[in-house]
Amino acid sequence: MTALVYLEQTDGAVDEPSLQAATMASSLGGGAEVHAVVAADTAALAPAGQLPVDAVQVAVHEAFGSYAPLAVAEAVVELAGRLGATCVVGPGTERGNEVLAHVAALLDLPLAANCVAVADADARVTRVRWGGSLLEEARVDAPTLLLTVQPHAVAAEPGAGDPPSVETFTPTLSEAALALRVVERVAAATGGVSLADARVVVSGGRGAGSEEGFAPIEELAELLEAAVGCSRAVTMAGWRPHTDQVGQTGTKIAPEIYIACGISGATQHMAGCKGAKRILAINADREAPILQSADYAVIGDLHEVVPAISAAIRAARSG
Amino acid sequence: MRVLVCVKRVPMTGGTIVLTDDDRAIETRHLGFTISPHEECGVEEAVRLVEANGGESVVLTLGPTEAEEQLRDAMAIGADRATHVVTDGQEWDPQATASAILEAIRDDEAANGPFDLVVFGNESADAGNFQVGIRVAHALERPVATGLKALTVDGGMARCEQETAGGRDVYVLQLPAVVTVKEGLNLPRYPSVPGRLRAQRKPVETRTPERPAPRLAMARLVVPEGEGKQAEVLGEGAAAAPRVVEVLREIGVLA
Repeated sequence: MTALVYLEQTDGAVDEPSLQAATMASSLGGGAEVHAVVAADTAALAPAGQLPVDAVQVAVHEAFGSYAPLAVAEAVVELAGRLGATCVVGPGTERGNEVLAHVAALLDLPLAANCVAVADADARVTRVRWGGSLLEEARVDAPTLLLTVQPHAVAAEPGAGDPPSVETFTPTLSEAALALRVVERVAAATGGVSLADARVVVSGGRGAGSEEGFAPIEELAELLEAAVGCSRAVTMAGWRPHTDQVGQTGTKIAPEIYIACGISGATQHMAGCKGAKRILAINADREAPILQSADYAVIGDLHEVVPAISAAIRAARSG
Repeated sequence: MRVLVCVKRVPMTGGTIVLTDDDRAIETRHLGFTISPHEECGVEEAVRLVEANGGESVVLTLGPTEAEEQLRDAMAIGADRATHVVTDGQEWDPQATASAILEAIRDDEAANGPFDLVVFGNESADAGNFQVGIRVAHALERPVATGLKALTVDGGMARCEQETAGGRDVYVLQLPAVVTVKEGLNLPRYPSVPGRLRAQRKPVETRTPERPAPRLAMARLVVPEGEGKQAEVLGEGAAAAPRVVEVLREIGVLA
């Protein structure tokens, strides 16, 4: 039994979802040998230190100077073949899923994306649907099990014992793979608090009533140095840009507290704020589904409650 | 130019998900249905591309008879015609889905010439397999860029912008190509009444291939246990504000 895990790196450090994927891979096959593969344009970018794997293979090619999804997949396929891997694992990130989907297409094998649990002996997986609002138990019919690991499904464990051995290889890449790469990076506009990283997020939903209805939400956000978010109903109505949307098809947030104003709590929305440590729901309807996921609630119209909270913060500060 | 956009019919799940008695599907008797969100933007983009460049936009779905509703929705905002790969309501796994779409594309292209762009959602809202578009691209031997938030077509090339943590990554693909898109690519228009009436008269070609044995075979669905939270009600209306401030202090987000 040999498992191969694809690791994503940032500046020579392995990303957290990839460490989690490696941890899941190392639990498979009752002590399978686990190899990791990273793609880099120089061998100097091999990950250093402890990892929960037996060996690291660095695929070195100038094509990896920028992200090249098909090229990475071809390197993974080449190595999986050489190792006789019975399982290929990747992180369930956007790019992890993209690379493994290319691997699955190249090998014409099924791929189970965003798994939270794997029983590889009988090829059974539990995977995420609806952004985590539902789970699916499935059986995979394949000689080589391909899967990605849902971020935060398992805790990353550092390896025990000696650091893994590190080897390099030069993959053979197709013309198509060399052509499919990032050719330009556009930096995000700076300024304001980033929704994904904010310690506090204040969001409005349909209850805001209009574009102008966000004024009290913006005021409270400014007082708390928070990012402003919204629900999908709000972006579809054109009141806020999609970049403000929290949800399954918007931004996933992980603040200390999420203050959700006039948001009912559809599964689409809750899939985006599962990472919040605490939720405060401000809602006129005490039957709203969000109250079943919230830690705190204030029952009332946000247009009355939110300005009162802002006033109380100001009063407390000046007092 | 010719653009194909592939869409999936999904239920609008609302606040809680309830399963059927056999745990193999979502109970949808009381739910409406929609085009999966990323693909709604795919339809809008296909229509805009054809409005700007001329040509034809075609919408395709694989799904039960009722999925014609979503094809009509897409044609109501401007898609010219539709292809419906009709299933008996059972779920098709990603490989089977990709194969059936591929056959439909090959037949359409044999009759009408190649699609310059084939557009998918990055992942469906329900199954979230993240792979059908990439599989079809491989089978067609065309380049594929995923997760697009911006798309510009000019001179036989597609400039594709993908959102990343630090900004946008750009790919330039030679057409014909495959793209998978995300919500936020555009703001889909609302269908007009005349658009809906026109959509009723637009042609829908149906196909009924056999469903292959699934290789990713769903056994059952499970609603994850909630954390059993019962929100602590801090108060009602404006009177709750002082208590909210206390809580914000306690958890350390207010100095």
